[in-house]
Amino acid sequence: MKRTIVTAILYTVITAIALGIGYPLAITAIAQALFHDKANGQLIAQNGQVIGSAIIGQPFTGPGYFHSRPSAAGAGYDAANSSGSNLGPTSKALADRVAASVASEQTGAPVPVDLVTASGSGLDPDITPEAAYYQAARIAKERGLSDAAVNGLIARHVTQRQFGLLGEPRVNVLALNLALAQLR
Amino acid sequence: MTSNGWLQILLFFASVLLLAKPLGLYMVKVFERTSTPFDFALRPLERLLYKLTGVKEDEEMGWQQYAIAMLIFSAATLFLTYAIERLQGLLPLNPQHLPGVAPGLAWNTAVSFTTNTNWQSYVPETTMSYLTQMLGLATHNFWSAAVGMALAVALIRGIARREASTLGNFWVDMTRSILYVLLPICVVYATVLVSQGVVQNLRPYDTVKLVEAQSVTTTGTDGKKTTTSIATQTIAQGPVASQEAIKMLGTNGGGFFNTNSAHPFENPTPFTNYLQMLSIFLIPAGLTVTLGRMVGSTKHGWAVFAAMSVFFFLGTTAAYKAESQPSPMMHHVTQTQGNMEGKEVRFGVANSALFATVTTDASCGAVNAMHDSFTPLGGLVPLTNILLGEIVFGGVGAGLYGMLIFVILAVFLAGLMVGRTPEYLGKKIEAVDVQLSMLYLLIFPLIILSLAAVSVLAPTFGTSSLGNQGPHGLSEILYAFASAVGNNGSAFAGLNANTPWYNSSLGVAMFCGRFLMIVPMLAIAGNLARKKIVPASQGTFPVTTPLFVVLLCSVILIVGALTFFPVLSLGPILEHLQMHAGRTY
Repeated sequence: MKRTIVTAILYTVITAIALGIGYPLAITAIAQALFHDKANGQLIAQNGQVIGSAIIGQPFTGPGYFHSRPSAAGAGYDAANSSGSNLGPTSKALADRVAASVASEQTGAPVPVDLVTASGSGLDPDITPEAAYYQAARIAKERGLSDAAVNGLIARHVTQRQFGLLGEPRVNVLALNLALAQLR
Repeated sequence: MTSNGWLQILLFFASVLLLAKPLGLYMVKVFERTSTPFDFALRPLERLLYKLTGVKEDEEMGWQQYAIAMLIFSAATLFLTYAIERLQGLLPLNPQHLPGVAPGLAWNTAVSFTTNTNWQSYVPETTMSYLTQMLGLATHNFWSAAVGMALAVALIRGIARREASTLGNFWVDMTRSILYVLLPICVVYATVLVSQGVVQNLRPYDTVKLVEAQSVTTTGTDGKKTTTSIATQTIAQGPVASQEAIKMLGTNGGGFFNTNSAHPFENPTPFTNYLQMLSIFLIPAGLTVTLGRMVGSTKHGWAVFAAMSVFFFLGTTAAYKAESQPSPMMHHVTQTQGNMEGKEVRFGVANSALFATVTTDASCGAVNAMHDSFTPLGGLVPLTNILLGEIVFGGVGAGLYGMLIFVILAVFLAGLMVGRTPEYLGKKIEAVDVQLSMLYLLIFPLIILSLAAVSVLAPTFGTSSLGNQGPHGLSEILYAFASAVGNNGSAFAGLNANTPWYNSSLGVAMFCGRFLMIVPMLAIAGNLARKKIVPASQGTFPVTTPLFVVLLCSVILIVGALTFFPVLSLGPILEHLQMHAGRTY
């Protein structure tokens, strides 16, 4: 018994150092050397100012921007406090929140569901192409652009399924809004 | 449901099927200690570890010794994690200067990671330092998975050996699981994850300037409205990929971030999502092949694989279909995508339903969508999977031994039907084996249902934590205890579990769910190892045929349904009916 206890303690300490310090630091070294940008979160800088991560969503609510999805992370898109709403299918709070989003998003036609539902992470960087096209007319009017120009911009920003098979087609909202600012 | 969705599901299953055999045969070599292609590099490390820790690698252990070594080791790792959590404020690698974790929460978390549950009552990015995540939590992902593999192999040896008093050496089985299986796969896997965008760094959280500053109006408790302007976003960072790899491969499931594999830094692309699901099933599926080979009946291994596949497809179909339905609560919304509340656009409904099924088929508990926001029947699938004992491929190790308990029960019932002493692969199944199996099967619902009942009846400390009311509230509580006892770790996360009652009761539930079940399982293994082999006769019920698969599946369904149908009908099933009647809470 005593021998087992000694072995257990030694085994815990030695493997803890190997697996809890050695392994993650080795992976960090490999990651920083081979994939520096990705390992650090794909941060985007403009004029020396970091303005976001390419794969973390940001809130966009003004009429001149493509709106991102509702978010339950902190006060909205809090990337130090990720969270879904965790509201269930018979939740009155969920039904009311969706109805409010529908009222603010709608243009006449029914609203695509992803635009009025909160994502799991609260940091979803994407909306569906349908949700982007749905907003095109509003943005064109607001920014004094032609519908065709805005629709063309969306088309250029659609990410297809990975390897033509995996996942779902999507549009990165931050990338789309940044490109929108360049559009004349 | 779409054809592309089904194509992705079939691709996933085909990948599991393809990888099971080579990995399973490799694990036979690892555990029978014959030579592997990696000996030149790993054998010296292995020997060094034995030398430093005083392990005699040729020493064999009986089931009691094996169990004692496992329990003492688990206790040592538990205390280490508790100490690191409490002291993290004084330790390095804490760029956010997070203070020590409160005692109740630290205890709950230490138990949670020791038992391979990875239930998380806390928000990691605001609670745990990088050192705690690496040294306190990710290490457990290796240890608890290796313990699970060691136990599964001990049980397999119990079945395979004849007139033997020992089951192997706990330290050797665990060391070889880590060195030859878990660690090499993790190094490659973590690197691939980084190449797709999973972060791996030790930098402080980044603060970025929002492209469109927001003004947010909140209503305080006094009813007063305050408007705050939000112009920046703080982005949590960390050594994520290294932890992510073992989190999935070891079927641990504890996220680096609060929202686990839904978070873009943990699971950035559909390809990482595919790899994550695959790595949940990889080792458990391989172990069925290891089982078949080590007990000398390859076909029996595949029969067990087939029974598991039946439940996999039932669950996946049900969850996918349920999540594709439009919600009757939403009006003037195009719902062709299905239920998107709590789901990520890049994964969509098919991959979210599949992930939820896979993570609860096995005792993983990672999530890429919020189960609490699933439709009633969509949420019923993960809940049922956990309640059946997570035997569909199962956790790393844990699933296989859970399934083998059902196998013993199935051959016992078959024996009763034909009036012969039941046999399993030449071993007579006697009263004590069946008694221990029943003990294993009864401990599980007893703890879940009694603790859930106490919570439901306690407005001050039980139902006060609910995030949703009505039948969904019952589902939240039931899911929490099922997940804890089943060592799964996923949640209907609307329930606020970071309270004294839930931290302590869930802690007890996780502890019992792991150790109270492992000990009878090892006793069965020890008892089986002692037996003689009786030659197969005409009266022997074969455990390699489709009939056996049907019988095994029926036993699982009947035991599960008899135990849990009443409570499920008051939770998700009632909620489904009320949702279609237009009720909200």
